[in-house]
Amino acid sequence: MAKKFLSGDEAFAEGVKLARPQVISAYPITPQTIVVERLSEMVENGSLKSEFIHVESEHSALSCAIGASAVGARAFTATSSQGLLYMAECLPYASGGRFPIVMMNANRSTALPWNIYGDQRDSISQLDSGWIQAYAENAQEGLDFALMSYYIAEHKDVSTPFMVNLDGFVLTHTYETVDIPTQELADKFLPPYETDNRLDIENPKNMAFSAGPEHNFIFKYKEHQALLNAKKIITEAEKRFADIFGRKYTGLLETYRTEDSDYILITLGSIAGLCREIADNLRAKGKKTGVVRLRYLRPFPTEELVTAVKNAKAVGVLEKDISFGNEGTVFTNVNSALFQAKTVIPSYNFIGGLGGKNISHEDIENIFDLIENGAERVNFIGIEGGD
Amino acid sequence: MTAKDLSKDEFFYGHKACAGCGGSLAVRNALKVIGKNAFAVLPAGCMSAVGFNFPQLCFANNAIISTFAGTASMLTGIEAGLRAKGATDFTAVGFAGDGGTADIGIQALSGAIDRNDNILYICYDNEAYMNTGIQKSGLTPFGAKTTTTPSGKNIHGNIRPKKNMFEIVSAHDIAYSATASIGYMEDFLNKVKKACEIRGTKYIHVIAPCPTGWGIPVSNTVEIAREIVDCGLWYLAEYENGEFTLNHDPKEFTGVVEYLKKQSRFRHLTDDDIQIIIQSRDAKWEKIRRDWRR
Repeated sequence: MAKKFLSGDEAFAEGVKLARPQVISAYPITPQTIVVERLSEMVENGSLKSEFIHVESEHSALSCAIGASAVGARAFTATSSQGLLYMAECLPYASGGRFPIVMMNANRSTALPWNIYGDQRDSISQLDSGWIQAYAENAQEGLDFALMSYYIAEHKDVSTPFMVNLDGFVLTHTYETVDIPTQELADKFLPPYETDNRLDIENPKNMAFSAGPEHNFIFKYKEHQALLNAKKIITEAEKRFADIFGRKYTGLLETYRTEDSDYILITLGSIAGLCREIADNLRAKGKKTGVVRLRYLRPFPTEELVTAVKNAKAVGVLEKDISFGNEGTVFTNVNSALFQAKTVIPSYNFIGGLGGKNISHEDIENIFDLIENGAERVNFIGIEGGD
Repeated sequence: MTAKDLSKDEFFYGHKACAGCGGSLAVRNALKVIGKNAFAVLPAGCMSAVGFNFPQLCFANNAIISTFAGTASMLTGIEAGLRAKGATDFTAVGFAGDGGTADIGIQALSGAIDRNDNILYICYDNEAYMNTGIQKSGLTPFGAKTTTTPSGKNIHGNIRPKKNMFEIVSAHDIAYSATASIGYMEDFLNKVKKACEIRGTKYIHVIAPCPTGWGIPVSNTVEIAREIVDCGLWYLAEYENGEFTLNHDPKEFTGVVEYLKKQSRFRHLTDDDIQIIIQSRDAKWEKIRRDWRR
């Protein structure tokens, strides 16, 4: 392993390189660009043997990746925000065809108003597209996701595309020290992609066909089962990863001091670090506070979440997302999981960071205070006096 | 290549295309020329709607439906993926209709030509969105009645001429492009054969009448596809090495009026409308004969 000082985008590019994608198709969009710039350089200097396709749009980026995956090639693309929405037609196409493409999405606000900074409305709006969705907290986890995502996506029980999300700028453009595994170990972790789900000269197939009412449902049911299967394969991948690289991950979610917590803040992405720090500070003052970081939104950690928070007195969900006219979508998912398990705990939604608005120490202290003392069902962080 | 040389192998059968379908004839015969190593991409449209209904799948070669806009980009991915996996003996070929090519798919097609990806793109042009019930596309000709360009007292069908896809594509300085008609089948198939032997992006635009949308008897598809060339409203040409070549230069055109009046989509046209069509034809041919090799 080599240690390097890298931005999240650069670290992710290093992870992609280790996964040896055979086809990379991408269109530039801030703050994703650095990933594809680095990959282009790797292809140019020969350190990565891959077909780099300069497509003319994100729709073509994913359509091209689907074509490559449909002949059994390992494919990669990356996008963000407007780009993700522009390729949106191809998202359920890739998952419906069971093409295990990996895509990095740099989480960014969506227009209007135009804004290049980080929130998670872009990816969360595509939660129902049939993709696995993971959210990294730091550059190292981003790199490790790049490698692990292929293992999980390509597993025959899953065969489903995988979207890894990195918070725009906060992760994509912030530098950290990152461990880069050797290619030798990466190859040991990730075998070449083998599949029967491909067009083949020796054994011609018709793929991506129509299926009427009689047959369509069963394909959709199997797609759902594949995403549920991913839970088991995520565990398998992380065990294998820990055995080979010595870095451990905790599955669909990560808990922090939740065992005896009265008040738990559930969140995702890069903000989790600050939440843990505030939880520590509050513990020093005698409050029993903890944090759950959702690492995956699909498959959703239904059982794991209930286990983590079932003894708490109240929970909050902090997310950089809103489903206009309702509430934060992560909050909806969390409540559904609690309700299914008949776990009735007061829960509050904290929507913050839209369009990249800073979430401060004080904001999170205030959130814990509101979780303890009661709040509105949906609360907006940092817009006092916004009128 | 002549009709006698055409392979007896069939690659596209058991589909549910309408009687007299020109598009299915183009696809069927082109695949006989390309052969079993064709990787065919078909976007949403007539040929994918009639050929890919699980469990009745109608291609003997590898074939896949792309998104409507994604014929060219999926071809690119297939070509790159196969090459990355070490395959050499294959042809990535797209069969897209006029709407899939000239409207929603033009951006991806332009991108593929710009990159000079080694793909063959065949546009089967039936001059409207026939699969969805005869709506106007960018390749619907002037005056044609469709369900979205009705003919009435105020407007006589489509008010704009066909987009000139052949020259738009050629303006990219594409490796090879050609026009064709299923009414001149040998010419079309020889162009397919030639395209298969050229590296880079190839585009063939083949007129493929739709009896349902054009309002002609189902037995007249090939005849009308011949007549559109003979009356000068279509032409057989190629673009290669930076030059246009006219392949077929009729000494005398057959009647435009006769061609139009055989089709119910044109039956409402007035003498003035028809004069516009004839003048536009003559202006085009003047340029062709002046500028193109013959």
